[in-house]
Amino acid sequence: MSEPCDLTASELASRLAAGELSSSEIVRSSLDRIHEVDDRLGAFLTLTPEVAIERAEELDAYLTTGAPQNPAAGIPVALKDVLVTNGIRTTCGSRILETYVPPYDCTPWLRMSGAGSPLVGKTNCDEFAMGSSNENSAFGPVRNPWDLERVPGGSSGGSAAAVAAGEAVWALGTDTGGSVRQPASLCGVVGLKPTYGLVSRYGLIAFASSLDTVGTLTRSVRDAAVMLSVIGGRDHRDATCLDTDPVDHSEGIDAGIDGLRVGVIAGSLGEGVEPGVRDAVGAAIDRLVGMGAEVDEVTLPHADYALSAYYLIAPSEASSNLARYDGVRYGLREEGADSIEMMFRTRGRGFGAEVKRRIMLGTYALSAGYYEAFYGQAQKVRTLVIRDYEAAFADHDVVVSPTSPTTAFRIGERADDPMAMYLSDVFTIPANLAGVPAISVPCGFDVDGLPVGLQIAAPVLREDLVFRIGHALENELALDLRPPMLAA
Amino acid sequence: MPVEIDIDHVARLARLELDDEERERLRMQLGQILEHAARVGEVAAADVPPTSWAIPRANVFREDEPEPSLLQEEALRNAPDRAEARFRVPKISETGS
Repeated sequence: MSEPCDLTASELASRLAAGELSSSEIVRSSLDRIHEVDDRLGAFLTLTPEVAIERAEELDAYLTTGAPQNPAAGIPVALKDVLVTNGIRTTCGSRILETYVPPYDCTPWLRMSGAGSPLVGKTNCDEFAMGSSNENSAFGPVRNPWDLERVPGGSSGGSAAAVAAGEAVWALGTDTGGSVRQPASLCGVVGLKPTYGLVSRYGLIAFASSLDTVGTLTRSVRDAAVMLSVIGGRDHRDATCLDTDPVDHSEGIDAGIDGLRVGVIAGSLGEGVEPGVRDAVGAAIDRLVGMGAEVDEVTLPHADYALSAYYLIAPSEASSNLARYDGVRYGLREEGADSIEMMFRTRGRGFGAEVKRRIMLGTYALSAGYYEAFYGQAQKVRTLVIRDYEAAFADHDVVVSPTSPTTAFRIGERADDPMAMYLSDVFTIPANLAGVPAISVPCGFDVDGLPVGLQIAAPVLREDLVFRIGHALENELALDLRPPMLAA
Repeated sequence: MPVEIDIDHVARLARLELDDEERERLRMQLGQILEHAARVGEVAAADVPPTSWAIPRANVFREDEPEPSLLQEEALRNAPDRAEARFRVPKISETGS
């Protein structure tokens, strides 16, 4: 049975405008769904039902005055728990921030809130956004709504699961190496990583600053465009944010794809990719041809090295960013005989295994004698990856590949093998290194009925292309993306 | 070849307390990860310039206009320990580093 929370934001906006639904009804429907399924999913770390209902009621009162509405107004949202919220606990999925209550709001949330989107809660994630399965949260794993024995992907696994299951209509996540797109792929939702710097990161708790982006998890490509229109554009509080005007990213989304040049990344449908993923992605590419796209193969010669470069650059930046957790100003403090011992113990007991692994990796890669061989060389590989994309985009509008080499894997399956886990991000990492926008759009299912995502990447600031193609494909495929747990 | 790492030295630099089991596991895992990561050296030729930001911005200015900032009480609200308007820490000494 379909409830308001199962509709897309765009459908809900039309119903709100027509007076067929109120924001309070939509918010209550989301909250009911959370109540119904979240003890099984574990998608939320903190719920904010009172403020959500209060906000919705305010909005309903305002809407009766007939004032023009923002397309995001009244549509409930969830935020990954690495985005700070004034007065609402923000943990990063870490013991070290378990009781941290930020004194300010991050810009992306401030903009969603300003557009009238009520917050239903903060979502679970891998600790400090480090992981591809959500098993690295200090507060327990998130489960995939398509199969509760499987991971939702990570690190924005809570946001992806929440949107897939109707607990929120849409959500914000963050993507440093694939952390929006990979969970979107594994949960059967749309995940957008915008151009680096298009969305302000003021109030995003930093992981790897040269790669971190704020992205969207939605149930349609149009919703991703609407959400990006709300959160994107310059912000004087973030000096790395691009100097761009806010624009309506949904404009031109219906233009079709006739004549667009699509490059399929060579090797991305070969070895190391599950047959179910190959088949679904291959079939989706055939549909693009059928809709008039010109499709051929394109080579990113250094893509193989991108993963290696990423696992030097991201941990290096993380080891520096996470130096701030010292037990002095906020967060956990473990007692010690002096300040230094206090610091060692706080960090030793406050951080989980994956975070420690990356801090150690990054500290080593930046240390005297190894800096040039590791970090310095990795920065050169980043140059090569950027050149690869430039060459590919010289005669292609977009490049496509699977988002993830596999569908959702079983909880525990890769937990003891960091290298196997890191390979989950082999197709998503290059876009972070090059700063280009990329989207994951559901494109089919494997034999077990688990969703598969197609990744579409475009040149810097050409989100319009990924939206156009993603939207056309979504309409063409018209997949039923309701997880079986909701059928009962 | 897995890379050999002085785990104790790196943990000291990172200010991380590790137990024996963690040290052993990290020695093995970091060795494997770095062996894979060291492949960056295969293609990073001398004539390739490094890139630290994919989309660099330089000299980002804004008008110097006063804005409300955090109140002292708000800044101290999450302090693990405080004394009046200050963060309080255990005594600072040379040991442990």
